[in-house]
This record gives sequence, structure tokens and C-alpha cells, in this order.
Amino acid sequence: MKKLFTILSLTAAFAFAPMLPAADAPAAPTEPTAVEAPAVPAAEAEAPAEPEVDENKKAYEDLVAEQGDTAYAFDFFTVSMLWTVIAAALVFLMHLGFATLECGMTQSKNTVNILYKNGFIICMGLLTYALLGFNTHYPGDFNGWFSLGGMIGDLNADGGSTYGYGGLALCMTGYGDFIFQAMFAATAATIVSGAVAERVKLLPFLIFATLLVGFAYPVVGSWHWGGGWLGTLNGGNGFKDFAGSAVVHAFGGFAALACVIILGPRNGKYINGGIRPIPGHNMPLAAIGVLLLWFGWYGFNGGSVLSAAPGPLGLVFATTSLAAAAGGFMGGTVSWIMTKKPDLSMALNGMLAGLVGITANADIVSAKGAIIIGLIAGVIVYFSVVTLDKMKIDDPVGAISVHGVCGIWGILACALFDTTNSGFTIGGQLIGVAAVGAAAFIFSLVVFGALKAIMGVRVSADEESEGLDIGEHGMEAYPHFSQKL
Amino acid sequence: MKKIEAIIKPFKLEEVKDALAEVGIEGMTVSEVKGFGRQKGHTEIYRGSEYTVDFLPKIKLEIVVPDDKADTAVGAIAKSAKTGKIGDGKVFVLPVEEVVRIRTDEKGDEAV
Repeated sequence: MKKLFTILSLTAAFAFAPMLPAADAPAAPTEPTAVEAPAVPAAEAEAPAEPEVDENKKAYEDLVAEQGDTAYAFDFFTVSMLWTVIAAALVFLMHLGFATLECGMTQSKNTVNILYKNGFIICMGLLTYALLGFNTHYPGDFNGWFSLGGMIGDLNADGGSTYGYGGLALCMTGYGDFIFQAMFAATAATIVSGAVAERVKLLPFLIFATLLVGFAYPVVGSWHWGGGWLGTLNGGNGFKDFAGSAVVHAFGGFAALACVIILGPRNGKYINGGIRPIPGHNMPLAAIGVLLLWFGWYGFNGGSVLSAAPGPLGLVFATTSLAAAAGGFMGGTVSWIMTKKPDLSMALNGMLAGLVGITANADIVSAKGAIIIGLIAGVIVYFSVVTLDKMKIDDPVGAISVHGVCGIWGILACALFDTTNSGFTIGGQLIGVAAVGAAAFIFSLVVFGALKAIMGVRVSADEESEGLDIGEHGMEAYPHFSQKL
Repeated sequence: MKKIEAIIKPFKLEEVKDALAEVGIEGMTVSEVKGFGRQKGHTEIYRGSEYTVDFLPKIKLEIVVPDDKADTAVGAIAKSAKTGKIGDGKVFVLPVEEVVRIRTDEKGDEAV
């Protein structure tokens, strides 16, 4: 203890010592330097003392000067970059939301498996995005369809840490750009993990998710955000997808659809020509998950403003909130009308549906438009969930409906509710989302199908009954709650 | 000695416990069970589809009493657990061969 105390005291002393002389300096310049100069005719003797007086101011001036040609934008740039990294952290939080929601909507015997998949996905998503995703997503000049990139280098170099990196359109440093986009990448795979829950085999899923997020996502994303061929749509007005209703949500939703078709439904779900519900084991977790997702969505949409420009930022926060609110209201209400009692899980799905619906157009619609978009999304999601069930497409969390179907709605809504007269057309928007959805669907059909042929993608019936926690992980999520000792 | 097993509605547990305490019975074992008799289950709806839940949550109460207290105990349970509505439950009385108090090794009626 004595040794530890000594070390700590010495460390503290060395750490704080340099601050002591500096503490005196700010107290000194009570007068501007101009006043002191005339009082000291032999200026040289006194001159060395002058810089010390303005040390803090000079340090700041040096910092601004480091920005080079773009120093004039330093303050706005700094605020924008700060907002960007905060938004990245908010999008990160969405992974907690997904994990919690998926846990709540599935059975407790599979909870460890759900959490493991979600944990793996965020880790793998970030790693692959650094390894090849970022430079594939944003290849610079390319043929508009495909350009495989490599590992990121020093993104602060060559002015990458200044306003010159992206100007007003991308008001952040290279690393800010990277980390914000990296957080988005893994969300595509989490969408799939919810739909295939409770019967998918772990290893083939992890392989599939890695390929989907590491490769397919940035390639398809480059068609739009990377400056690819989608820019020619709508008569050259470009494809509108503000924060990714198509390139993130519909992409994930249709990948999920392909996987679920190949995988098949959970055992016992569709028996005797009917539907036997398999209720989730924890509604509080589901609710917590959805509200966390809503919270994180402020980073998802808000950060997609790509600067701290107050006008768009405020608008996006408002439209995002209103759409979520309208969707949540409508999801619950429609379930109340259709099944005589309001279904919590439908209200929750409604919130997400509204959020997905506004994600494409949050910066171009009015408050009224946002509300209508959310209301319609809430209706769509209910009927989509019910219809998919009738078609024996088993989706424990409603991921295909929320992200795939409502993603399409969000994209079309760009053309219907645009207040900026930017020339988006239903046709153009449809082509874009169809291309993205089809790419995700076909890619998943091929890759997941190949995995099925090579190693099988589904656990055995016995394992499915006993639970994937035991079968895939050899552990339980709630060991003290089980009947066994 | 008799073992009395009662299946009762969960929210009645406190009342039954108090009623038994009033007639001098203060030890019991309680477990959460599911079951049905003629009550059948009820219908629930989840994400647009209806399903029947046959097994309803109940509480199973187990006590062991000397022979002369059995009728009082049964009466106390039946009276306090009754709501008059379907699903109130049942009480069973079984004979017990031996009872041992683990701490003191007492046997028989003294151990009850």
C-alpha cells in the first residue's frame, strides 16, 4: 500500500506540476498589451514577456491556422464534427436496441444465441468496414457499379482532419466519416438476425452476415452514396435516400426475406393449416429495445445531415420524431381495431415502421408530411406482418415488414411528399429501391443457399426444441430461473 | 399425520396463509404450477393470430398436519380460497407415513 501511495503521489505531482506556472499567466494580462508597450521604451528587454501573456489565444490561433486554407470554417467545422461523432455513438446504441428487442420477442431458451449474434455483428461490422467496407462504399471515381477497396489508411492525412475533407456537404474529418458510416454497416446484418432467430445455425449465419455486411452492403451502398449509377435516376435528379431507407433498411429486409425462405419457419409455427403464435418471452425488453432504437435514430437521421447546419438538423429531428410517433400510434390502433385488443408488439413495430419510413426523406418533408408518412407506415407494418404469417414466412420480430416493406414505402414517400421540388419521381425511386432490394435478395439467396448446401443452415429439430443456448453455446441465459437445480 | 395439498388461484395465497395461521398452522411449502380442470383455458392474441392457453397459473400449497387438525386445515383453506367462480381449485388429503425434523431428528407428531 505504501509503495502504491508513493507512486500515485509522485505521478500526481508530475502530472499537475506543469500546470502551476501556467496558472499564473492568465492572471497577469488584465490590460491589453498595447498599454504596456509605451510604458517600456526599451522594448527588447520586455518583449519576451509579451507572448506569455497571450499564450492561450496564440494556441487557439495556431490550431485554427493548422486548418490551412479552410481555417475560416473552423468553428462550424468543429461543431459539425462533434455532432458527427456523437451521432455515430447514437447509431452504435441502436445495436443495443436491436439486441434487446430481439431478445424480448423470442423465447428465453434462445437468448444467449440472439445476444451472441448481435455482439458478433457489431464487432465484425466495424472491422470489415475498416478492412474494405469504407473504401468500397466510397471508391471515388469508379464505373458506378463496383469497385473493391482496401483497408483505410491515415484518414487525418492530406487535409483529412480539416474542413477541406468534405466541405459543407460532408462537414467532418475522414475518421468522422469513417466511423459514422461504419456504425450503419452492421445494422443491415442485425435486421437479418432477427428474422432468422430461433432456428438458424450459428456458424453459417456468422459467415453470411460477414459477407453481407463486409462485401454486399458497401458495394450496393456505393451505387448511391458512393456516387454510383443511382445518381442517374429521376432524370438525373438522383435517387433520394437521405439516411438509408433503401440502402440500409430495404437492403437488410430483403436479405432477411431470402434467408427466411431458405431457412423455413420455426417448428410448430404453422400447423394444421393455421398459425400457432410463439410469443416473445420478455415484453419489457422488447419495449426498451424499440425506445433505444428510436433514441439512436436521432443519430441515424440527425447525423445524416452530415453537418451541424441548424436548419436541416432541426427539421430532421422534428420529422423523425413525428413519423415515429405517428407510426407507433397507428400500429397500436390498427391492431386494436383488427383484433379487438391493442397489441404492444404492434405498437412497437409501428414506431420502427414510422422511423424507417421517414429515414429516406426526413430532410425534405414537412411536419404534416412526416405525420402522414408515419401513419401510413403504421398501417402497412401491421398488414405486412399478418400477411407474411399467412404466407408461412416466419419472422419472429417483424424485421422484413418493418425494414423491407416500410423501407420501400419510405423511398416512394420521397417522391410523394417532397417539399423541395427536387424532381424525384415514383418511377425513379421505385427503380432504385427495387435494384437495392433485388441485389440484397439475390445475393442472400445465392450465399445463404450455398451455405445451406455446404454445411446446412438450420439446427436439428431436437436442438430447436431444447433451445439454441444449450445447443450452440452450452450455456443458459437465465440459469437461476430454470426449473433445474 | 396427513398431507394436505391444495391447488388455488395465485392471488388467494396471502388470504389462505393468514387463514391457516389463524387455526394454528404456520408451516407450508408453496410452488408455482400450471394446470386446468373443467375451467379450460382462455384465448390470447399475438401479432394478429389467436391461440388458446390451456394451462393457467395456479399455486400449489402443501402442508403436513397431525390427524386431528386435518379437517380444520381443509376447512380453512377451502373457505379462504373460494371466490365462487370457476377455477377456484381443489384440496387433496393424503396419509403420511413418517415425518422427520432435520435439525433435531424429532419424528412423528412432534416433528409436524
